[in-house]
Amino acid sequence: MIQVLGHLPVVPVVLPLVSAAVILALGDRRRPGACRAVSIGSCVSLVLAALYLLGWSATGEPAVYSVADWPAPYGIVIVLDRLAALMLLLTALIAVAAAWFAAHGWDARGRHFHALLQLQLMGLNGAFLTGDLFNLFVFFELLLIASYGMMLHGGGERRQRATLHYIVCNLVASALFLVSVSLLYGVTGTLNMADLALQVAAAPAEDAALIRSAGLVLLVVFAVKAAVLPLGFWLRDGYANASPPVACLFAMMTKVGIYSIVRACTLMFGEDAGVGTDLVGEWLVPLGIATLVMASIAALASRNLAELVACMVVTSVGSMLIGAGVFSAEGLSAALFYMVHSTFAVGLLFLLAGEIAHERGALGSDLLPGPMLKPWHLAPLFFFAAVAAAGLPPVSGFIAKVGILQGATGGSWVAGSWVAVLASSLLLVIALARAGSMLFWRPVEGGAAVPAGAGADVGATMMPRASTGPVWFLAAVLLLLTVGARPVQSFMDATATQLLQPAGYVDTVIRPERMGPPDILSPGADRLRTQAVPVRDARPVAGTGGT
Amino acid sequence: MELLLASGIGVLTTAGVWLLLRARTFPVMLGLTLLSYAVNLFIFSMGRLAIGAAPVIRDGVERYADPLPQALVLTAIVIAFGMTALLLALSVRMGYDSGTDHVDGRGGGKP
Repeated sequence: MIQVLGHLPVVPVVLPLVSAAVILALGDRRRPGACRAVSIGSCVSLVLAALYLLGWSATGEPAVYSVADWPAPYGIVIVLDRLAALMLLLTALIAVAAAWFAAHGWDARGRHFHALLQLQLMGLNGAFLTGDLFNLFVFFELLLIASYGMMLHGGGERRQRATLHYIVCNLVASALFLVSVSLLYGVTGTLNMADLALQVAAAPAEDAALIRSAGLVLLVVFAVKAAVLPLGFWLRDGYANASPPVACLFAMMTKVGIYSIVRACTLMFGEDAGVGTDLVGEWLVPLGIATLVMASIAALASRNLAELVACMVVTSVGSMLIGAGVFSAEGLSAALFYMVHSTFAVGLLFLLAGEIAHERGALGSDLLPGPMLKPWHLAPLFFFAAVAAAGLPPVSGFIAKVGILQGATGGSWVAGSWVAVLASSLLLVIALARAGSMLFWRPVEGGAAVPAGAGADVGATMMPRASTGPVWFLAAVLLLLTVGARPVQSFMDATATQLLQPAGYVDTVIRPERMGPPDILSPGADRLRTQAVPVRDARPVAGTGGT
Repeated sequence: MELLLASGIGVLTTAGVWLLLRARTFPVMLGLTLLSYAVNLFIFSMGRLAIGAAPVIRDGVERYADPLPQALVLTAIVIAFGMTALLLALSVRMGYDSGTDHVDGRGGGKP
């Protein structure tokens, strides 16, 4: 049993891969029910595994899992710290909602929905867990390839065009990622992130220009993934045209960019990083402010609900950058809380937008007067989700925004941050109120619903049924986040403190004395602990030969 | 050799970016391919340029070629190949569906 638990950190990567293979073997045309069961079962198992890993990470130091038992700087390691565990749980929960929602018929509009979903989960979980920079690139590509397929799910011309833009943007970003990773390798001779932190800190001054430019190129790549202002124009059309369960899962995708920015800036380019110190300086906060303002205005100008929600994904990115860009414990912790909150709120809104579009038939979620919406749960849930997403009291979004405002007070852009956060809340309230009153309060007499699928989803073979379960599930999670805000906030505080002290991470990875689950959870874990790996005496010589 | 490699990477990148900015799907795809060639060469050069050096550690050998960038290049090639195939399939499908190869679907109209 203990042996098995020791391998648990790698489960979030392996389980979705196996599930995807099983789903492909079953075939979603022949046995759709079995595929759905495997997919949802896998997501629920991931939630359970993530909960256990969260408990494990909360005991203190990061846990290190060496893949194939190669020691840290040479082999690839999986590092489970508080932030990674938090991201795993967040991904698993949103994946449950997406898979469950899709099982109501959306998945039958194209092929291999659940297999792609599982592969994307594998990429997401791997990106959060890996402790190796090149491995991070590979997992990024994995989740992107799966996301290209998912974004195309359902077909249609507009969807294809939006996906083409998305693919081209991300391929260019991948090329830059490779340039940056190889440049860092060329200068420091390592790709392990903990070892990189050591090497960057110890690098001589003449390498400063190369290391800093490599680091900045890396941040540009992450900014593309996170849709930060000048690099985020691919997002709105892509997300607005994706099918609802896909968009719900994609609410998690921009968070990978934010996660990577936070990880890189705290671990490799933190305060004690020698020539890499203070890499981004005070750039993140103004970028966040600009992103937030631009996206709020875009939200106000949206012509349909899906576009509006896609803009809200970008506003959440801006808010998180304002909180995280200060790099104080308070700001980081508030940004993490906001990340959890906004993922659920935006995911819920995407699902609701899908249901509303389905009910209205050919009108879709366009903000035009349409037929009366029959299901009673849509209006109250939309109201709840809108209040949450705009950051009004009493729901968790308000707590998160207050935290971000308090965090921003420690930085040098106080006035700008406050004005941007408050003004964007106002703009979002206006946009959401307008959308809600148009959709729910302006029914057209006798406006019979045109059959769904006549609009964007040409060639849909199966009508999705109404799916109340997943939306109630996400609403319940949001409510739980509000009621249990205090313990969640204290976990975020601990996470932020851990992030700002990267020495603990580096020490654990480079000298993995601690392995296996902590003693509290399973007595007798000592047996699994490996001996301290002797510190290597010399770095592998990176090509001593010249020409 | 350094000059040759550096200018090769530069020319490939320039051509790639230029093609990428054409608003037609096929040139865009070619541009991405050229860009990935340039990046692969760049990764390769980051392991330093060595001629006739052994990649595997043995007794009595002093000069080594770094094998890691070669492994990285291999991974990058595989990923870029898969992406190109996907992009090609999508472009062809888009061309059939919209009747134009413009990336924004301009000038289209179904035949």
